[in-house]
Amino acid sequence: MKIENAVSRRSFLKLSGVVAAGLGLTACGGSGESESSSDGTAAAGGDTFMIGGIGPVTGAAAIYGSATKYGAQVAVDEVNAAGKIKLELNWQDDEHDAEKAVNAYNTLKDWGMQILVGTTTTTPCVAVSTETNADRVFELTPSASSVNVIGGEEIGADNPRKDNVFQMCFTDPNQGTASAQYIDEQKLGTKVAIIYNNADAYSTGIYQKFVDEAASKSFEIVSTTTFTDDQTDFSVQVKDAKDNKADLVFLPIYYTPASLILAEAKKQDFAPKFFGVDGMDGILTLEGFDTSLAEGVMLLTPFVATAEDEATQSFDDAYKAATGSDENPNQFAADAYDCVKAIAQAIEEAGITPDMATEEMCDALIAQFTSSSFKYSGLTGESSWSTTGEVTKTPKGMVIENGIYMPLDAE
Amino acid sequence: MGFLTNLINGVSLGSVYAIIALGYTMVYGIAKMLNFAHGDVIMVGGYICFVCMNNLGLPVAVAILLSIVGCTCLGMVVERAAYKPLREAPSLAVLITAIGVSYFLQNSALLIWGADPKVFKSVVDLPSLKFFEGQLVVGPINIVTALTCVLIMVSLTLFTSRTKMGKAMRACSEDKGAAQLMGINVNTTISMVFAIGSGLAAIAGVLLCSTYPTLMPTTGSLPGIKAFTAAVIGGIGSIPGAALGGVLLGIIEIFAKAYIGTQLADAIVFGVLIVMLLIRPAGLLGKEIHEKV
Repeated sequence: MKIENAVSRRSFLKLSGVVAAGLGLTACGGSGESESSSDGTAAAGGDTFMIGGIGPVTGAAAIYGSATKYGAQVAVDEVNAAGKIKLELNWQDDEHDAEKAVNAYNTLKDWGMQILVGTTTTTPCVAVSTETNADRVFELTPSASSVNVIGGEEIGADNPRKDNVFQMCFTDPNQGTASAQYIDEQKLGTKVAIIYNNADAYSTGIYQKFVDEAASKSFEIVSTTTFTDDQTDFSVQVKDAKDNKADLVFLPIYYTPASLILAEAKKQDFAPKFFGVDGMDGILTLEGFDTSLAEGVMLLTPFVATAEDEATQSFDDAYKAATGSDENPNQFAADAYDCVKAIAQAIEEAGITPDMATEEMCDALIAQFTSSSFKYSGLTGESSWSTTGEVTKTPKGMVIENGIYMPLDAE
Repeated sequence: MGFLTNLINGVSLGSVYAIIALGYTMVYGIAKMLNFAHGDVIMVGGYICFVCMNNLGLPVAVAILLSIVGCTCLGMVVERAAYKPLREAPSLAVLITAIGVSYFLQNSALLIWGADPKVFKSVVDLPSLKFFEGQLVVGPINIVTALTCVLIMVSLTLFTSRTKMGKAMRACSEDKGAAQLMGINVNTTISMVFAIGSGLAAIAGVLLCSTYPTLMPTTGSLPGIKAFTAAVIGGIGSIPGAALGGVLLGIIEIFAKAYIGTQLADAIVFGVLIVMLLIRPAGLLGKEIHEKV
């Protein structure tokens, strides 16, 4: 999701001068990553489904790509251990760059990929999904949340629906609608302030849907302020919310500016409820962050690693074993895990075999995903898909207590 | 009361810009080049201080000192490696090199410290001051920043007008060739300018990150550009001008956000730059060329 703008906007002065220098530097990380692909013909007619994966494993957005890579690997290992079908995963790095993502996609096609899990981030995914649509390769993205990824009439005539592309995560706008409904149902506030990033498609998308939905709800929006990337002073925005006596502040933004807003609110002695979306996930792992600032912050997110259920716990262990670190899997890892498991379930239910042609497999998977009887129950809740490619599932409300996420609506 | 709060917020934002602008103006005034890497030296200063405090557990004073030393060395190395070979080159070449250095520093920071933002713990650990039953809140770091800004401005002015090295700097600024004939070592002098400018950048970095406690490889770039704007408004090359421009810009930004709209704030800030360049290209305090330093 996120990161349409993660590598942040540079000043115009710099941009004009340094395209060459920038290219030189970013090009350095590229080579050496692509594994030599095995003989493409080995795949067709074998007994193994060739699953390709694309996401940034190096560069500024590496945290998201690595999570999806390991999450997908855990799921592939589980499916293979269960023994019903065999999967092979080949993950390629795109450095969160659209051009490199298309190159990675071509590499995977040479390798014999039949189904694509990816790409992790939005901008590359828009480019790659156009390719998969033309080539008829089934694509399920764990986390590219923009509606441009799936396409559709409502977005515009120049971006028609790509019928082979589906999302495991919520689309950006749906988070806004869901948040407004949740705040209303749970009666979390009556006077709501919103602070959003008007330079970011993710944030504005959520904001607009939130406002549309809020019109018919019981709460009132008393303050709306904005900021742009790289802005660090939030004194005016927080003061505006405070002056308008907001009792809940909705933050459809990433965790970095959110941490600054929380610090500013504390400075101004302003203690409303704070309500975030999935971009807020990660605030607790921010190095040096005083977690007491986030105490009581609420957010809607499909997955939390500290949840007590067995599936989450065993995923948590397997993920840690796969990465060889102590870090808990984040929502991206869970989304990628669910992608692979959902595909495996669809393959089994539809009776798809590895020797089918890629186009045939694509059509069969589309039919299976859009059929009304297909429901996948995984780490991020019970999911089903419509022909628009968007996922339908119930978001979970979480609240931060004593530095960890706790379910908000648990009785 | 709202007006007063906004004014205080504006002055505190402005004094951060002012400290950065002082570094810009110092280098421009003497070396006659726009060091666009200045903002990124600030970022490096912030990181050094962060590492010293959080990873090495050093006391605040030592961390700030190490940060100043580190940035001073960095500034001199950059000057020696990137700018000195271009001493006779046209100023556009130097400008482009400076932008290259800026990207080099940003990407190096990305490699060393990663893309994840860090939360910087304020170096001034005191409670906020509250007036009028809590309606007016002033952070201790804001007071420290404003005072530091004045202190730096005064000492830089005294340094350039009273000391031998300061006079040598002004001489280099007026006419490098003539200065050399008078026995001034131009290279050492310019190197010294970068050392001081980068040392100031370290202080600016620590104060910037303490005021707005987030640190990532791009932390310095937008404040750097805003400070450059401030320096131009104040009259680039003029030390009091930089301080004045910085504070004014901070106030304009906060007032624009509060009274016109948060969406337009940046457009207004850079709009002021355009208007200034049209009406008074030399800046507010920049008219007397011979006083430029």
